Amino acid sequence: MSSLTSQRLGILAVVAGLAIVPWVFGSFTVSLFNDIGMAALVVLGLVLLSGVAGVISFGHAAFVGIAAYASAWLSTEYAISPWFGLPFALGVTALSALVIGALTLRLGGHYLPLSTIAWGLVVPLLFGNMAMLGRHSGISDIAPLSLGDWQLMTAESAFYIIWILVGLVATFCYHLLNSRMGRAVRAVRGGNVLLASFGANIFHVRLMLFVLSAVFAALAGWLYAHTNRFVSPAPFSLHVSIDYMFMMVVGGMTQLTGALAGATIVIAVKNVLQDLLPLVSRHAAQIQAVAFSTLFILLLHHARGGILSLASKMARVKTPAPTQMHDAEPPVEPLPRRSLPDKGQPLLSVEAATKRFKGLVAVNEVSFHVKSGEMVGLIGPNGAGKSTMFNLMTGTLQLSSGRTEFMGENITRRSQRDIALMGMARTFQHVKLRPQMSVLDNVALGAHARGQCGMLRAGFNLDTEEERRIHAEARRQIARIGLEGQEMEAAGNMPLGTQRLIEIARALAADPVLLILDEPAAGLRKAEKQALADLLSRLRKEGVTIMIVEHDMDFVMKLVDRLIVMNFGTKLFEGDPQAARADLGVREAYLGHAA
Amino acid sequence: MTWDIALILSVDGLAGAAIYLLAGLGLVLVFSVTRVIFVPFGDIAVFSALTLAYLEAQRFPPTIGLVAVLAGLTVAKEVVTLIRRGQFRELPRAVLGWGILPMVPCLPAFLLAGRELPALVAIGLALILVVPIVPLLARLVFHPISHASTLVLLIAALVLHFLLSGLGLLFFGPEGFRTQPFLNGMVELLPGFRVSLQVLLMVGTSLALAALFFLAFERTLVGKALRATAVNRVGAQLVGIRPATTATLTYTVVSLLAGFVGILIAPSTTMYYDSGLIIGLKAFVAAIIGGLSSYPLTALGAIAVGMLESFASFWNGAMKDVIVFSLLIPALLVRSHFSNHSDDGSDEEEV
Repeated sequence: MSSLTSQRLGILAVVAGLAIVPWVFGSFTVSLFNDIGMAALVVLGLVLLSGVAGVISFGHAAFVGIAAYASAWLSTEYAISPWFGLPFALGVTALSALVIGALTLRLGGHYLPLSTIAWGLVVPLLFGNMAMLGRHSGISDIAPLSLGDWQLMTAESAFYIIWILVGLVATFCYHLLNSRMGRAVRAVRGGNVLLASFGANIFHVRLMLFVLSAVFAALAGWLYAHTNRFVSPAPFSLHVSIDYMFMMVVGGMTQLTGALAGATIVIAVKNVLQDLLPLVSRHAAQIQAVAFSTLFILLLHHARGGILSLASKMARVKTPAPTQMHDAEPPVEPLPRRSLPDKGQPLLSVEAATKRFKGLVAVNEVSFHVKSGEMVGLIGPNGAGKSTMFNLMTGTLQLSSGRTEFMGENITRRSQRDIALMGMARTFQHVKLRPQMSVLDNVALGAHARGQCGMLRAGFNLDTEEERRIHAEARRQIARIGLEGQEMEAAGNMPLGTQRLIEIARALAADPVLLILDEPAAGLRKAEKQALADLLSRLRKEGVTIMIVEHDMDFVMKLVDRLIVMNFGTKLFEGDPQAARADLGVREAYLGHAA
Repeated sequence: MTWDIALILSVDGLAGAAIYLLAGLGLVLVFSVTRVIFVPFGDIAVFSALTLAYLEAQRFPPTIGLVAVLAGLTVAKEVVTLIRRGQFRELPRAVLGWGILPMVPCLPAFLLAGRELPALVAIGLALILVVPIVPLLARLVFHPISHASTLVLLIAALVLHFLLSGLGLLFFGPEGFRTQPFLNGMVELLPGFRVSLQVLLMVGTSLALAALFFLAFERTLVGKALRATAVNRVGAQLVGIRPATTATLTYTVVSLLAGFVGILIAPSTTMYYDSGLIIGLKAFVAAIIGGLSSYPLTALGAIAVGMLESFASFWNGAMKDVIVFSLLIPALLVRSHFSNHSDDGSDEEEV
């Protein structure tokens, strides 16, 4: 039985099990399940935002609260049906998240989570101080949900609505993660440079994700308001936000199923403690808080991967994402390609490029031109400023002075992302892959800018055609570097030389005009180097312009049309490889004075 | 608003600033040496305030029990770790250092509690009783994950706050306390403008402690070791500074600072077991204005927070916390703008 079928059977079993809950258990247990469902909605959003994308939020209970209060206020003040309150609650919450996110999501490191504490604390304080929201006593007598004349007053009747929503949101998240935007989301953690190098906007990705997770929280808030029929500031406090965080960590942070497991375990344990502790102590409530905090700290010490990871360490399925057998599929129309400029046209020009890091001049007044269809090598001893030069050309670093032009446009002040979108693709000296993602996903990241489907279309699974085209492109590039059959391996399991090849495939998936390779042959064996040289020659024939930094002289000399030699940040030499070999200055730079 | 009111509010603001200055310095110290964003600072301050209140009421301070429990847990954990590693020779040292030493301050408190004490003695007892708490907690909670990412440490710190407020409720009970002011009376600074001696004492103590703090850092070898660890952990390790030792030292200093904060704040504010978070977070706003690294800027931040709070409470008492915390967002934005944008890699933290 394949893992896919067993997964489907598992989901089916869970759904069937849930469906009979209201028939088997009493009201109390059913309302416990309702609490679990509502918490799971919040935690699903947190898994995407904090677990997968690494944006830690200590304030999501505030979003639950904003939605709960919004709908409660509308239905008590104007006697409007909760069903109309839903879009209102979602809208208000999404808008709040958009404003908060736009203000704070550019913060780096630990500043961002600290800012979430600020609003996680402020929002419930606001609830408690606004007269229209009933101050600390809250809003009561909120209308229950109703279907026609049937009012969903009991826990049993709300159960199906809650869990259908949980199912829909979980499916949405699943589709989202296995999509073009989902790959970008999974790549967010680890920083901006990689994302910008294939034209994704990290801020945009984080903001959309933030709003999305707030909307999931808002669903929970709306459900809470109309099933509980009373709202007050307490259930939306910082403390509760930490509880959601706890559920996420218990569930393993990165897995959607973990959101369900985490919510279930935490709420169930809480409930058991509530029953047991009064038997041993009169300070049950206090002990419960202490016990929970202690458990959380122990979890951080011993099982940061969550309880599921402990349980499934042996049974872990290797393949991260199930994909269909591709050879059985009908052929797909390839992604549209850019038209490459004619051979010999000026493509890139660098004029007097200078980069200063405080006192150190890493690149000093370097100028050169690259024509379309050329392969140019950039060589020089360690510390000559080659990689800095690449970073300046690609916009990864900003020039201190000088000017760069690409395809006739001034790109001196353009962002790394804009330059990438114009058709400059690169690899990195220090390999930047997402080790836990598959080879296929890593390469597909390169084709990011060639697709259009956003998070919503991905979540509703309306992007299958585009996904197939992106996957086909990624497979084509993987085949080119000779890694067929290893598409589903985690990229981190590959040897370093192979990881460099995967970076090349990723750059190729972007359909580049100019391909910039930083030490592509380092760590490759002889035969692999030969294969790489063949690949690069073929690419040149296809009209792709290539710039390459490499230490293997043999490799470079045989391959390139022209060499630029740098030393101590300045250009030492420019010309064909034979002339470089003969040049005294170049020899001196490499071998010292005696040569 | 008249000038008189503005002046009175400014004095209140300075009193607040004195508190946030001490707390802010402590937070910056912990973060720079250990990378822990020490959210539960305020909880420790609450413990010292409540301890003082118990001593004043001639009741037996539950802090002794708290320290004993923490010391017991720490010793147990250390002993188990050492036995597992087979380092039996280290056992007496661990028991002495983590079990007996923290209990030393409990002895005078144990003997003296329950009778009427001179104010200074009570304050002294409250201070020394609180000192072992943070080092013990840190050994239990942060030491095992001292290599984890800042974010994991932050989560742990936040959870520790909830743990401590739970313990506070368990040990000190739900009622609030306000302690006796040390000095009564007012002094006329300007014609027609009088300031209470208590406020002057707060500001004076805070400044004196801050100066002491500064001197200790600049002039003593231990202070230099702490600074070295803050600047470069690995480098400090290479020249023979043990991170675990500097961490424990840092936490001891912070415990003492928190103790002072609690003592200073207790006569003017009623303290409950859960008052700590708000105090700690306001000090955070000050520390973040200082970028969690600069002591002078943190002092400026403390003044800003104190003033804002005081004027905000005049404008709308209920919303003053909202206003102060809202300052955090612009402070963070300014900070983030000026800090170097090397977000690549620094975000690469496995939680």
